[in-house]
Amino acid sequence: MTIAADDFEYVRVLVRTKAGIVIEPGKEYMVDARLGPIVRREKLESIAALVARLRTNIADPLHRQVVEAMTTNETSFFRDLHPFEALRKTVLPALCAKRAAGKSLSIWCGASSTGQEPYTIAMTLREFLPAIDEWSLSFIATDLSSEMVARSKAGAYNQIEVNRGLPATLMVKYFEKQGLGWQIKEPLRRMIDFREMNLTKPWPTFPKFDIVFMRNVLIYFDVDTKKEIFRRLRSVLKPDGYLFLGGAETTMGLDDAFERAPIEKSGCYVMKQAAANAA
Amino acid sequence: MKVLVIDDSRAMRMILKTTLRELGHEVSEASNGQEGLDVLKSSGPFALALVDWNIPLVNGYEFVCKVRADPAYAAMKMVMVTTEVETSQVAKALGAGANEYVMKPFTKDILRDKIEMLAAA
Ligand SMILES: C[S@@+](CC[C@H](N)C(=O)[O-])C[C@H]1O[C@@H](n2cnc3c(N)ncnc32)[C@H](O)[C@@H]1O
Ligand SMILES: [Mg+2]
Repeated sequence: MTIAADDFEYVRVLVRTKAGIVIEPGKEYMVDARLGPIVRREKLESIAALVARLRTNIADPLHRQVVEAMTTNETSFFRDLHPFEALRKTVLPALCAKRAAGKSLSIWCGASSTGQEPYTIAMTLREFLPAIDEWSLSFIATDLSSEMVARSKAGAYNQIEVNRGLPATLMVKYFEKQGLGWQIKEPLRRMIDFREMNLTKPWPTFPKFDIVFMRNVLIYFDVDTKKEIFRRLRSVLKPDGYLFLGGAETTMGLDDAFERAPIEKSGCYVMKQAAANAA
Repeated sequence: MKVLVIDDSRAMRMILKTTLRELGHEVSEASNGQEGLDVLKSSGPFALALVDWNIPLVNGYEFVCKVRADPAYAAMKMVMVTTEVETSQVAKALGAGANEYVMKPFTKDILRDKIEMLAAA
């Protein structure tokens, strides 16, 4: 299958408008590969037929499937390790000391994919603070894709997924074997509220967050979209909150309100004091 | 670092050896638990041992127990690499002193991440 130039353009614009995701020219092969399964599932003849259907029926739920098919969902438990080391060694000790009187913490994981990242945060938090159930915790994890949200809620992972990056001690403690797969146990699952949310559309009313993870999603967006998201992040993050970005992402040159936290390789950012006071 | 691979399958030793060398490690091998103990004595110390559970003479679990009983090897990390995938077995291996657990089949990324994790700990 090879996609025609104007069909490629249609998909590019669709994905850009609906999800903010930029598909560079020359990525025709990727669009081909991602749309193939939808063509087969819908018993269509070709990608041309799929795009023709999208063009003629604006309200077709197929639009959403196409957009979701163009997202990259790659993730793993403890991905890159350093952010979670920073959480355990620096961020949680500082925050939990400061919030000890009110015993309240709020966390948002945007673009949580199949859930490994929020569950990693939850395990790290529970290991650091075994009495977390006595705290009032607001932990929201969101993703564009309904399928990702459903998979996250189910909390069921295959052997390859639990093998990857997850320390065996935590696997034994927080998962139970079910058939060939592994299921997250209830105490961890109920810590997190999974929801669908598009980062490039208006955001719901959020509480102010102590910690935001927004990793490996901004890389897909254009500069203006990144700037807009950082601008909104400024207003949902507490003045002394922490923002975690992916290894290939930065606020540098995009938003002056943030600066890198002095924690090596963690991708952790904080608000500069002046910006924090103004917020 | 110096790594000891213990597995009775030649094919599996090849896979592990190749992967570990690509990651920059120096690899020795043994095909059963007794040979593993002998190699430890003759060419140790090793920073890490990857140990199959089902191996002749001294099995992987016994190997871990014996090694942990000898303070001379306290610094050596051990990873079980095995087809045994029940929670109780993972717990048993960890209880005996294994530091990590990799379930077969695995990928190169999985092995690399586990080794990095141990190095960071
Ligand atoms: C590569 S995954 C990152 C997962 C996890 N944060 C990590 O770092 O391992 C990117 C995720 O971003 C989501 N995504 C893409 N565009 C989005 C948007 N506009 N709003 C919300 N989520 C989006 C995708 O559905 C996908 O699950
Ligand atoms: Mg064997």
